[in-house]
Amino acid sequence: MSYNKKRNLMGYLYISPWIIGFLIFTLYPFAMTFIYSFCNYSITKSPVFIGLGNYITMFTKDMYFWPSLINTIKYVLMTVPLKLCFALFVAMILNIDIKGVNVFRTTYYLPSIFGGSVALSVIWKFLFMDNGIMNKFLSYFHIHGPSWLGNPHISLFTISLLSVWEFGSSMVIFLAALKQVPNELYEASMLDGASKIRRFFSITLPMISPVLLFNLVMQTINAFQEFTGPYVITGGGPMNSTYVYSMLIYDNAFRYFRMGYSSALSWILFLLILIVTVIIFKSSNTWVYYENGGR
Amino acid sequence: MKAKNSQNNDIIRKVFIYVFLVAFGIFMIYPLLWVFASSFKSNDEIFKSISLIPKHIVTNSYFEGWKGTGQYSFGTFILNSITLVVPVVVFTAISSTIVAYGFARFEFPLKTILFTLMISTMMLPGTAVLIPRYILFNWLGWINTYKPFIVPALFGTTPFFIFMMVQFLRGLPKELEESATIDGCNSFQILMKILIPLCKPAIISMCIFQFIWTWNDFFNPLIYINSVEKYTVSLGLNMTIDGTSVVNWNQIMAMTIISMIPSIIIFFSAQKYFVEGIATTGLKN
Repeated sequence: MSYNKKRNLMGYLYISPWIIGFLIFTLYPFAMTFIYSFCNYSITKSPVFIGLGNYITMFTKDMYFWPSLINTIKYVLMTVPLKLCFALFVAMILNIDIKGVNVFRTTYYLPSIFGGSVALSVIWKFLFMDNGIMNKFLSYFHIHGPSWLGNPHISLFTISLLSVWEFGSSMVIFLAALKQVPNELYEASMLDGASKIRRFFSITLPMISPVLLFNLVMQTINAFQEFTGPYVITGGGPMNSTYVYSMLIYDNAFRYFRMGYSSALSWILFLLILIVTVIIFKSSNTWVYYENGGR
Repeated sequence: MKAKNSQNNDIIRKVFIYVFLVAFGIFMIYPLLWVFASSFKSNDEIFKSISLIPKHIVTNSYFEGWKGTGQYSFGTFILNSITLVVPVVVFTAISSTIVAYGFARFEFPLKTILFTLMISTMMLPGTAVLIPRYILFNWLGWINTYKPFIVPALFGTTPFFIFMMVQFLRGLPKELEESATIDGCNSFQILMKILIPLCKPAIISMCIFQFIWTWNDFFNPLIYINSVEKYTVSLGLNMTIDGTSVVNWNQIMAMTIISMIPSIIIFFSAQKYFVEGIATTGLKN
């Protein structure tokens, strides 16, 4: 066997764990989700093909489908922009060369290391209970705080704030990108008399746009699948106002064991995430700036 | 005069920034500090004021909380979490490094396509594979064991880590390996003796991330583990807040803190790698 052929084979050998894992734990389940979605399948009996039955049921009969889908979309729209704006804003402040900046970076990052954990959800629950510490704090200013988790109009917003609080990891990514922006650009623009706001929109934002795209896509995909926060804090209530789509999937699959129907629900979520991601990528042609012209 | 003015402005600006940074820092970690403080407060006192200093220090909340709600103590949950997390971390590190080595240092047909495929699975939502995976593990008899976590880790199922290692390996000079080849090392010896020692920072940050993510994971244990004796810390904590009818707030706070301690220790002992790790590669959460 020639040296090159042997090297080729070695390469495959090294990546073989991933290939096997990909086939068994990603590709096969992915294909099966699609197939199961056309079946009536409770885990104890073998799947029965029912065509579009599951899809028809969810769009016409399932009283939780539309509300949970709308809750999820609302959650994404509240969480992602707020989190990214926060992350970028704080990263810009921390990009200044001052003493002790590392201490602040660590402090702001701290909530993120428990990201999505039960512990943080528990804390959030206690902070925003009716007699919780948030309302106690507001009462010092003679403000009668709302029922953060009990009022169906704001409960979802309260939970989305939990995710905003964990902005640290996006912040660090922004910070790394901000450090890459060449200083000459700012100096040149200052000579041209550009204002701070102008500099932000004409230099900073375009220069970090690839990272903005990355953060936007990853945070959006994550937010669409949020589960722990709503499940632990409110259990979907009050009045299903925090009943998000992944809870619908969870309930159908693991409480009612409707595996086929739940697969169909998963497939719809996958399509939705795919469409949103594609739209973000397509639109990014107009707002993401690559130094090498995107090649 | 003008120079002095701008100097003054600079000081004022700095003061403003510090005030903002400190205020914002307090705002960010107050909830964490409050839970810690509350674990030492009496139940009546916890929601009475926003103060962090207990009026009467209560010390038995950790002891009482540790006992758990039923026949299993929090010690069981912690031991379970360790039993689950440690193999996952070790296997992830091994499999991801080996796979990354293949992608970073070898040429083979379809490499670009396979690499792109791997990267794109990073964006595949977990729900798209959730149910068939569960059915597969159920068919294998793995439900209520830690195998659904440990076995996939052997096969590089977190593409993020492979990508991170590939990026790191690409940054290492090839000359070292070339001279080792001349000295008669085969490719596996090169990986073990030359590359892995150089990759230490990347491997450490991979281990940290995987530890913390797996430790804090709630959804997967929730679906795969169903007997209380095998509960992980997050399941145990969730059960504690669900199950307490007589509300012992301080005990819940104490167990919340306990569940966070491993992540805190790891974060502070390996902070350097941590921030570098995310800064260079991006992050899930």
